[in-house]
Amino acid sequence: MSEEAASRKAGKSPWRQPLAIVGISILGIWILLAIFASFIAPADPLVQKFPELKPPNMHNLFGTDTVGRDVLSRVIYGARITLPLSILLVALSMLVGSIIGAIAGYFGGWVDSTLMRFTDMVLAFPGIILAMAVAAALGPQLRNAVLAIVLVAWPTYARLVRGLILSSKNSDYVTSSRLLGASTWRTLFVDLRPNISGPVFVLAALEAGNGMLLLSGLSFLGLGAQPPSAEWGAMVSAGANNFDKWWLAVFPGLAILTAVLAFNFLGDTLRDILDPRTAKALRE
Amino acid sequence: MLGITFISFSVTQLVPGDPAAINLGQNAMSNPVIVAAWKAKYGLDKPVPEQYLIYVKNLLHGDLGVSQQTRRSVSTDLKEYFPATLELAIVAILISLILGLLFGTIAAITRDRWPDQIIRFFSLTGVSVPTFWLALVFFYIFFFKLSWFPSNGRLDPGADTPATVTGMFTVDALIQGNWSLAWQAFRHLMLPAIVLAIYTVAVLTRFTRASMLEILNNDYVRAARAKGLPEFTIIKRHVMRPALLSIITVAGVAFGNLLSGSVLVENVFSWPGIGQYAFKSAIGLDLPGIMGVSIVVAGIFITMNLLVDIAYRLIDPNMRNS
Repeated sequence: MSEEAASRKAGKSPWRQPLAIVGISILGIWILLAIFASFIAPADPLVQKFPELKPPNMHNLFGTDTVGRDVLSRVIYGARITLPLSILLVALSMLVGSIIGAIAGYFGGWVDSTLMRFTDMVLAFPGIILAMAVAAALGPQLRNAVLAIVLVAWPTYARLVRGLILSSKNSDYVTSSRLLGASTWRTLFVDLRPNISGPVFVLAALEAGNGMLLLSGLSFLGLGAQPPSAEWGAMVSAGANNFDKWWLAVFPGLAILTAVLAFNFLGDTLRDILDPRTAKALRE
Repeated sequence: MLGITFISFSVTQLVPGDPAAINLGQNAMSNPVIVAAWKAKYGLDKPVPEQYLIYVKNLLHGDLGVSQQTRRSVSTDLKEYFPATLELAIVAILISLILGLLFGTIAAITRDRWPDQIIRFFSLTGVSVPTFWLALVFFYIFFFKLSWFPSNGRLDPGADTPATVTGMFTVDALIQGNWSLAWQAFRHLMLPAIVLAIYTVAVLTRFTRASMLEILNNDYVRAARAKGLPEFTIIKRHVMRPALLSIITVAGVAFGNLLSGSVLVENVFSWPGIGQYAFKSAIGLDLPGIMGVSIVVAGIFITMNLLVDIAYRLIDPNMRNS
């Protein structure tokens, strides 16, 4: 045990962890590609000016698609759609889940049992099926797919935040602050929040990859991004219709894989260097 | 369970989509008499709370309603689609358990050395890879290029389906004693099952490693080492057994996830399971269809948790009295 604790202390900074460095680098590259897409991409992602269905060659490094668009340019521009939306959907789920979890944990009693019963109900629901139903019902659009995933993803945060609040709301520092006359909001945001945000952000990093997978999955099924949008999942779906033209699906798929991998490398390392007690709470 | 019906009911009611518009053609939609008759047939003309009460009342009698897509009762549909997914999920969970335990154990024994690092890299990749894309890549390589596995669907085109007993083609063909048909069904099953299993293999590998490392730190393992027991015996008898306990818990949950997670894999491999059924129901805003699938999957989820609890009590002596 002591050996483990020592090694944890020695490598506390994420900058010393090879996996984290790889993760941060990959994410950095994707973010740069997204920002400077118009300078880096060799062509406009929507313009159909090349010969159709050409395998990768000197002019089109990733080949061209069924209507003569440059696949490389579409993959680069795709980062502008998938990355911000994945971060947005994680931020929204985190916000909704944390608020519900905080209210449940702090007030307790019937508020807690009602909110948690509702949370468990959503958790028991098969996630992708609910997301699919909501996305289809709201109408197949990228924005609706994001909303559908938020609806499925918030309960994990609610449970984590509730647990963290329950374990620290009776500590001495909270009690003393309340005795000094702190309001409920002050207690929640000033006293409790700093102790909770760490694990919540780690969970967010771990969930970002899942969110991205679900989002591109919905687009793949035709329930998210619509053509001609250069969204990665939708591009893979177009490749599925011409599966013998491997370059159509392989490159956008690799884009999803590397981006999700980067998030997971980061989240995994952060969890490992976190305080073991909260790390355990995260795993459950 | 009631919660499940409530949520899916609210979700599908609170949204703008009109199931009649999707299930009736353009011509029929312009004729209000047909629309009204269609709505009356599926009970959609009544107020929403009443619709919900009727649904729950029927559910208690085991009646899941009539699908607006297939125009058959949802129970009949599920009986046809569910075994296909079950077959897939069972093979996938077996693959996951075998490989997950194997890789997890190797990783735990060689902790922080190169086999552990390699396994860690692959298990992280396994949870990061988009299944629908992996399905396509495998399909391209192993069917299109190498022809190791047959094409889409559950059987070769034109093959007769075995007489239905369980609905799982491999099992049914074996019951009939038709070995070649069973082998054919199994070969069709393998590729989607492998793709479906990848994520769970990765999850179980990481979990096995973590729980074995936790146990390796215990005093009784140190005592066994001090006694001079061979390392293999220590791992097998003192580490594997207690680790299995927590792995069973995770495997139970993972099995539930496989059932609903098969949506994307079934879509690529044209596998006629509940994932495809749920997808078609979602597209068609077919409320009874979606709810039927959700109830079945959630029901299995709850049953699995119950079974895991019972298994836990049987295996762990400490739990028997509590």
